[in-house]
Amino acid sequence: MQNEAREKLIVIGNGMAGCRAVEEVLKRDPDRYEIVIFGAEPHVNYNRIMLSPVLAGEKRFAEIILNDQAWYTDNNITLHTSCAVTAIDTATRTVFAEGGVAERYDRLILATGSDAVRLPLPGADLQGVITFRDLSDVEAMVKASAIDGGRAVVIGGGLLGLEAAYGLARRGMKATVVHLLDILMERQVDASASHLLTEALKERGVETVLGAQSEEIVGRDGHVTALQLKDGRTLPCDIVVMAVGIRPNVRLAKVSGLAIARGIVVDDTMRTSDPAVFAVGECAEHRGQCYGLVAPIWEMCRALAGTLTGGDETYAGSVVSTRLKVSGVDVFSAGRFAGGDGCEDIVYRDAGRGVYKRIVLENGRIAGTVLFGDAVDGSWYFDLMRAGADVSDIRETLVFGQAATEGLRGLDPSAAVAAMADDAEVCGCNGICKGAITTAITAKKLTSLDSVRAVTKASASCGTCTPLVEKLLRLTAGDSVLEHKGPKPLCPCTHCGHGLVRKRIVEQGLQSIPAVMQAMEWTTPDGCASCRPALNYYLLCAWPGLYRDDAQSRFVNERVHANIQKDGTYSVVPRMWGGMTSSKELRAIADVVDRFNIPAVKVTGGQRIDLLGVHKEQLPAVWAELNAAGMVSGHAYGKALRTVKTCVGSEWCRFGTQDSTGLGVKLERLLWGSWTPAKVKLAVSGCPRNCAEATCKDIGVVCVDSGYEIHIGGAAGLHIKGTELLTKVRGERDTIEMIAAILQLYREEGFYLERVYKWMDRVGIASIAARVADDAAGRNALFERFMEAQRFSQDDPWAARAAGHDASEFQGLGAPLRVAAE
Amino acid sequence: MSTILERPWVDVCALTDIPQRGARRIAGASGPIAVFRTGDDEVFALVDRCPHKQGPLSMGIVHGTSVTCPLHGRNVDLASGQLMGADAGQGCAPRIEVRVVGGRIELAAEALR
Ligand code: SRM
Ligand SMILES: Cc1cc2nc3c(=O)[nH]c(=O)nc-3n(C[C@H](O)[C@H](O)[C@H](O)COP(=O)(O)OP(=O)(O)OC[C@H]3O[C@@H](n4cnc5c(N)ncnc54)[C@H](O)[C@@H]3O)c2cc1C
Ligand code: SF4
Ligand code: FES
Repeated sequence: MQNEAREKLIVIGNGMAGCRAVEEVLKRDPDRYEIVIFGAEPHVNYNRIMLSPVLAGEKRFAEIILNDQAWYTDNNITLHTSCAVTAIDTATRTVFAEGGVAERYDRLILATGSDAVRLPLPGADLQGVITFRDLSDVEAMVKASAIDGGRAVVIGGGLLGLEAAYGLARRGMKATVVHLLDILMERQVDASASHLLTEALKERGVETVLGAQSEEIVGRDGHVTALQLKDGRTLPCDIVVMAVGIRPNVRLAKVSGLAIARGIVVDDTMRTSDPAVFAVGECAEHRGQCYGLVAPIWEMCRALAGTLTGGDETYAGSVVSTRLKVSGVDVFSAGRFAGGDGCEDIVYRDAGRGVYKRIVLENGRIAGTVLFGDAVDGSWYFDLMRAGADVSDIRETLVFGQAATEGLRGLDPSAAVAAMADDAEVCGCNGICKGAITTAITAKKLTSLDSVRAVTKASASCGTCTPLVEKLLRLTAGDSVLEHKGPKPLCPCTHCGHGLVRKRIVEQGLQSIPAVMQAMEWTTPDGCASCRPALNYYLLCAWPGLYRDDAQSRFVNERVHANIQKDGTYSVVPRMWGGMTSSKELRAIADVVDRFNIPAVKVTGGQRIDLLGVHKEQLPAVWAELNAAGMVSGHAYGKALRTVKTCVGSEWCRFGTQDSTGLGVKLERLLWGSWTPAKVKLAVSGCPRNCAEATCKDIGVVCVDSGYEIHIGGAAGLHIKGTELLTKVRGERDTIEMIAAILQLYREEGFYLERVYKWMDRVGIASIAARVADDAAGRNALFERFMEAQRFSQDDPWAARAAGHDASEFQGLGAPLRVAAE
Repeated sequence: MSTILERPWVDVCALTDIPQRGARRIAGASGPIAVFRTGDDEVFALVDRCPHKQGPLSMGIVHGTSVTCPLHGRNVDLASGQLMGADAGQGCAPRIEVRVVGGRIELAAEALR
């Protein structure tokens, strides 16, 4: 009813500009338009700039969605996905889309973005030649990276090319960037920063070939096999990613008769040559300028929404800055960073920290800047530059950043931030205001940038607002919160992080908890409930057979080898190897339940049986009976090997390709008893139907006709995470050795309570593959170390306690002995 | 004679029956009592009931002069029985009088009666 009265606004392009324009319109006048959006992609609107972390495996697609289905529904927006508009009739104000859809509009917004440029090289249409623009490109790259030891060549050493190469390297590919010039990201950084960048990429497994012109993409059977360079070199590869630039997508505007130059020409109100048609985002050209970044888009969308709702906001063009999104490599650039006539340079280097900063001044004002290695002050310089501020007064300290400069002049560096209004936007990518951030910091007691990112999403995309968010955090939660840079301390008892502690234990031969605490200057006498279990594990792992386990540094479950329940009783889970059991075991379990009046018996999610509600004093006797029937502890309580789930496999199943049950049993028999940084769960499925759910386990095996696929890094608890394919192995024996080696690497490197998937995120699957899958000698050494450690840990803790070990733990203190009097 | 019986102590065990940085449990008049021994051989006793949700403190990890409850990780000060840190003032596990005489641990008799 109401709809008929409303004007109809149609948006072509369900991307970052299109949806932001709609949001801005709704913010100003929610009821004015009936809104219809056409999108060529099959998805709701996602954060395109976050495709890089998705490719790198640092984010999942679900985490980068900007407008979910509910947003469209709640705002009565009709969304046509997978539906490209093919023509616009501006005379009748009608758009025509794929599938015969036609709709009339009163106002039309073009937000068709850009296309990735494809170099017209011979072979450019071979399979395996990919661009980097949308989710389907990322999916294609992820798929290609699943090939064991696969190689990728990225043409183009700009921001996108480097992020693509980094992501592919994280996914285990050998990635090489081929760049035409001698400087990477030449439009953003100078030669010095480019050099540092090359080094930093190398450390992350990305090779660079500079000054290289591509000649031909070579293929076999329709698929790429190599890139041929002009100088005669050939780079063998399985995929070629072209990241050589973007071109505004003006096809539709052109056939519809709108004025175009490089992009769709718009005026300061974002209007095209047709008064009812507007354009925003990368497809638009304003005052002769097209943009390829999001910050200008936010500004354009505000002006456009103003125009569409009768306001008088206009757009006057943008000054832009760039940040690279490669983990651990801070690069910031803005303006005329390379200087030139009439400019002077201020340069600062710190070789030790790998920092390079260059500020270009012209007539006492900042004309541009490049920061490498420490980009915290990027936005400060950028703000000064945009404001055209005279910096002659602070020239001396400028390069040391805002805190130093304003601190020396007696200014309060946080005054400006404190003065910001609560509804001032801080994070443009996610549209988060100052108030939302400070409220979250206070209400949720946030103390780290990461936690602010997780809760508010602020600073979680392009990173431009990171320094501002840090200032807000300092201002709201107090100065101390951000002081500690570098790895997170293990716990409040120390300044050292897990990695350093593990390293020192081995290097300095530290063999007891007090020795570690002394050598590493613990600030508490005997640690706390966080660090003691971690140290106990690290020592146990470093010195198998030598270190004496400290029961008092173990969580109660691991101390009494059962899971404590809410009422102080315990649960008992015997091992059921690979999920197999027998009438004898079941009968023994039944007998134990009857004899000890155990109140509950449950089949667990891990293919075995849980006896719940056992009193602590009963535990040794219960275990003795289970032991007598051949059953041992299932370590359901431990940071240890838990279960190896299996499916029936080739033994029984009509689809089974290998003996998955048998392999599961063998694995559990080999691995049981080992202590690990966090719990470890395995599963073996007999075919890709995957009935044992192997692809959400820490380590999963999927049997196929030609062998065994080994997957790692899955979990299905607090976070659901699918595994990634590490490697494929032909024989069963090799599979078992490979898995033991992976487990040992994890045991030696994982931080306490860091599950396999988090460890993998931290070190990268490529580095794991390089050391266990690709390096036979290394794998063998890991396997040997694992077997050595198992010599000491594979004895059933239940048997020892059933035989009287640690009896007072279970009995408590006996009856009073005598009465004393004073 | 009556003065002698006024403050009777009950011998419960040797100091060494409790591991350093550990605890043991004993039946008390109104529920179990946790007896703690610290790394410095100090001894404390509390009603074995966490102020949060009745967790058995005797099964927690002892560090310094506090214990971390095994159920949800709250820290309890052994000397006062009070919750610590962010939870301070939110409850307390009652203290039981305890002393060490000649290597033996003794509890106040009324707590056991
Ligand atoms: C008994 C069982 C539930 C059941 O009745 O089926 C269970 C019970 C508990 N789980 Fe679980 N989990 C059980 C299978 C699972 C599974 C399914 C599986 O293993 O296939 C998962 C998801 C898979 C995974 O781990 O990724 C699972 C994910 C968790 C998590 C989340 C872990 C994570 O990293 O996100 C926790 C919390 C933790 O470990 O910190 C948890 C913690 C717990 C604890 C230990 C909570 C606690 O600290 O007391 C529960 C102990 C109850 C007890 O005293 O017995 N449980 N838990 C299952 C025992 C399996 C076994 O035979 O060993
Ligand atoms: C991997 C990657 C990393 C990036 N990193 C950064 C960064 O760190 N910082 C930064 O500022 N910028 C970054 N960018 C650039 C940024 O993503 C773009 O500037 C921004 O997405 C442009 O928004 P847009 O709406 O104009 O175009 P898009 O987001 O591309 O949206 C256009 C949409 O229109 C659709 N479309 C096109 N034609 C039609 C049609 N005829 N009918 C229907 N739908 C159509 C397209 O399918 C697309 O979904 C990055 C880009 C990529 C690809
Ligand atoms: S899901 Fe796991 S942790 Fe949660 S209540 Fe059930 S058993 Fe306990
Ligand atoms: S019962 Fe002790 S912390 Fe919850």
